[in-house]
Amino acid sequence: MNAICARLVALVLGLGVLLAAVAAAEAQSYESALEHFTADSYADTDAGLSEIAASGQPMALTVVQALQDGRLYFSAAEKKVYIKDASGKTLDAQSGKPIVGDEPSDIAPVRVNNRVRRSIEATLGGLTLLAADPDKRLEAAQAVFKSRDASVLPTLDAAIAKETVPRVRQALLGARAAIVLNMPGASEADKLAAIAVIRERGDQDALALLAGLPADTPPAVSRAAQEAIAAVQGQVQLWNAVQNAWYGLSLGSVLLLAAIGLAVTFGVMGVINMAHGEMVMLGAYVTFVVQEVIRANNPALFDYSLAIALPLAFVFTGLIGILIEQCVIRFLYGRALETLLATWGLSLILQQAVRTIFGSSNREVGAPSWMSGAFEVGQINITYGRMWIIVLTALVFVLLLAVLRFTRLGLEVRAVTQNRRMAASMGIRTGRIDALTFGLGSGIAGIAGVALSQIDNVSPNLGQGYIIDSFMVVVFGGVGNLWGTLVGALSLGIANKFLEPYAGAVLGKILILVLIILFIQKRPRGLFALKGRAVEA
Amino acid sequence: MTGSPLTRTLDRTSVIFLLFLAVVAIGVPVLNLMLPPSSPFQVPTYLVSLFGKYTCYALLAVSIDLIWGFCGILSLGHGAFFALGGYAMGMYLMRQIGTRGVYANPILPDFMVFLNWPELPVYWYGFQHFPYAMLMVLLVPGALAFVFGWFAFRSRVTGVYLSIITQALTFALKLGFFRNNFGFGGNNGLTDFKDILGFNIQSPETRAALFAISVLALGVGFFICRFIVSSKLGKVLVSIRDAEARTRFLGYRVESYKLFVFTLSACMAGVAGALYVPQVGIINPSEFEPGNSIEAVIWVAVGGRGTLIGAALGAVVVNYAKTTFTTGFLAPYWLFLLGGLFVAVTLLLPRGIVGTIQHWWASRDRPASGDGVAGPTAVDPRPAE
Repeated sequence: MNAICARLVALVLGLGVLLAAVAAAEAQSYESALEHFTADSYADTDAGLSEIAASGQPMALTVVQALQDGRLYFSAAEKKVYIKDASGKTLDAQSGKPIVGDEPSDIAPVRVNNRVRRSIEATLGGLTLLAADPDKRLEAAQAVFKSRDASVLPTLDAAIAKETVPRVRQALLGARAAIVLNMPGASEADKLAAIAVIRERGDQDALALLAGLPADTPPAVSRAAQEAIAAVQGQVQLWNAVQNAWYGLSLGSVLLLAAIGLAVTFGVMGVINMAHGEMVMLGAYVTFVVQEVIRANNPALFDYSLAIALPLAFVFTGLIGILIEQCVIRFLYGRALETLLATWGLSLILQQAVRTIFGSSNREVGAPSWMSGAFEVGQINITYGRMWIIVLTALVFVLLLAVLRFTRLGLEVRAVTQNRRMAASMGIRTGRIDALTFGLGSGIAGIAGVALSQIDNVSPNLGQGYIIDSFMVVVFGGVGNLWGTLVGALSLGIANKFLEPYAGAVLGKILILVLIILFIQKRPRGLFALKGRAVEA
Repeated sequence: MTGSPLTRTLDRTSVIFLLFLAVVAIGVPVLNLMLPPSSPFQVPTYLVSLFGKYTCYALLAVSIDLIWGFCGILSLGHGAFFALGGYAMGMYLMRQIGTRGVYANPILPDFMVFLNWPELPVYWYGFQHFPYAMLMVLLVPGALAFVFGWFAFRSRVTGVYLSIITQALTFALKLGFFRNNFGFGGNNGLTDFKDILGFNIQSPETRAALFAISVLALGVGFFICRFIVSSKLGKVLVSIRDAEARTRFLGYRVESYKLFVFTLSACMAGVAGALYVPQVGIINPSEFEPGNSIEAVIWVAVGGRGTLIGAALGAVVVNYAKTTFTTGFLAPYWLFLLGGLFVAVTLLLPRGIVGTIQHWWASRDRPASGDGVAGPTAVDPRPAE
């Protein structure tokens, strides 16, 4: 054990010297490292491995891999090392080029035993730490952080010294700290410094590392670790909360998109449209059809498919909504419960129609390039798809608010919502407003469908998954005020996501339903209820 | 309000209906069991089971009609009470399997052994006793309806709001019962029943008996509902349906009336579910599906809300159509038909089959009075408030 440590220290020292040297010296060290392989002794081969790994030469990886596969040859007479590639050609290990003329007569493979094999594996892991691609290096650092393999320490130190990308350097330092903490020989000061690094990292892995320190850890280090655990736990909890809030916001925006059309029609007409979920579903299928047409005719437009689908879905579902209003709902005016049943029947028909046309299996709706992928903020992972859905929801909400506030139609819609008979007496054609509102609500559901096609399975049952949640939003948020719907959707979304870790997804949902049923006790007409004369009109 | 309660309850059509039920309850088992299979009048056992199932649906429909047709409470979650009653019966039947299960555990049902449960959960205690299980069939749906109704009616949740939260209720229960750790068999539910009260559940005799009991239960349920709606209580219920605020101003405690019929109706739905389970041989969480509850409402609408007989008739007619359709080459079109039924009945036939006939009959009797036939059967679309 002591011998290894001594060698490690020697190597670290040696590395320091090496790194100070210029590139030419680096090449020199590579050459001298290669020479070790010609000695035909396991100890020398092992030493050669370590040196080659530290050389940072681009050929190093090829050589070590060749050694692992038994393709590394040497000639004791010429003091040279050769690599045979897959096609059987012999390459000079120093230059990486095919040799000129015949290969030496005494060529023989470099032999390995189990100890050397272990070194090879460790070296290979370490070498990716020096890879040219920062993402590769990051990955390797994470892997070392998990494996805590002390033998890569020299390579790791070399990598840290060379690293220029801050986030990779952070990861490398973390990996080094993880090794030091689990290394029996490291000094107390080193370990304390390592704990500080780990504490900085502050995530779930850091917690696991700090909690699982070896038994022979000095008391001072253990104490520091305990403190760090407390600090990291606080940090992790904070990030968890942020992550949950983000997920909740994302779910809430989906709910809002699905429910807002429902809220508008319910507010104006007092009618619950049970086929609303199917409008969402139709919107998703419009996206599917648009993408199919684009794929068949002009694949270059694929990135714009959602932008094309949005207005089409709005118009298509909006027209179907107006059709439904004109053919069915108009005749059920004042019979809200019967409307519930009739629209349920319509939802069955629409589902079955889609099933007949497109089949009952899930349909593939692709994500344009700007919707796929993700980026990280601190410890949370944000997918572009979710982010754009939130943006779209905000846009739709603001747009709808503006339509209701600033247009003639909006004025009339608000008037009918507040007092239908009075509005009619003032010359507003309430029947026309009903039809248009229903079309508007359905059209927004279609837009919701375009968004949902990106995060959910596009199948005839798509709408059913959202309809009860949308109802809950409307019931919770109250009628006749879009802000109520906004608050309702976001608070339901966030509450759902915060309950999930404690109660599980299903129980969380049940809890939410029970809470809403209890909430209705307190405010039977929702958070933002209409007051005054409008109530029983 | 003339005559004794009994004559009031049993008007002419009700007597005919009850007599018809009595004939069916006795006649079908006799034709099934006494005649040789070769006889053209022999009723095959599968038909007995099928119509036994329809009878349970009919009882569920009558229970919905009591609250929707007479009190204006549209529950879109009555399937939950039906399923809860079914689960109570299913638990009894599970305990009866005993050592004949796959794992031959004398106490634990198979799915609990499979999930490595060490012992029976407390809420399964006592279900090996038939009387206790039957008590639970009434008590569990009743208690849930009471608590739910107490909360809902007290704070005057009405109309579509009530419909939506009843739907949420059955949805929440569905999610819960789908979970394995709820202790009701998860998504497989309870099945593989062997016998009930010692009789083999598969034998034609048991099936015939279950059919007769179901018809009897439908008759009793119908009688209770008739008794209620023809009493003074029934008049108050109708007035709540037509003008809730006025009834309240007249001094009636609307909440109490609603809570009473709602709970009673839930108990009836529970009984229907309990009779349903041994006849179909399985109960699983899909019975809690909100769609099922809404479908039950449409049976009532098709038959005629506020007629009780219509509800029972609607349940049998719609389900017979469903069986015929979904077993033939028309199966893909059943949902079109069902959906169309929802729309057509609400638009064109708001009184339902029986309601329309009654209306036509009444207006033929008194042509001079025109449309002035009031009473519990006429559905006033929009009461003046």
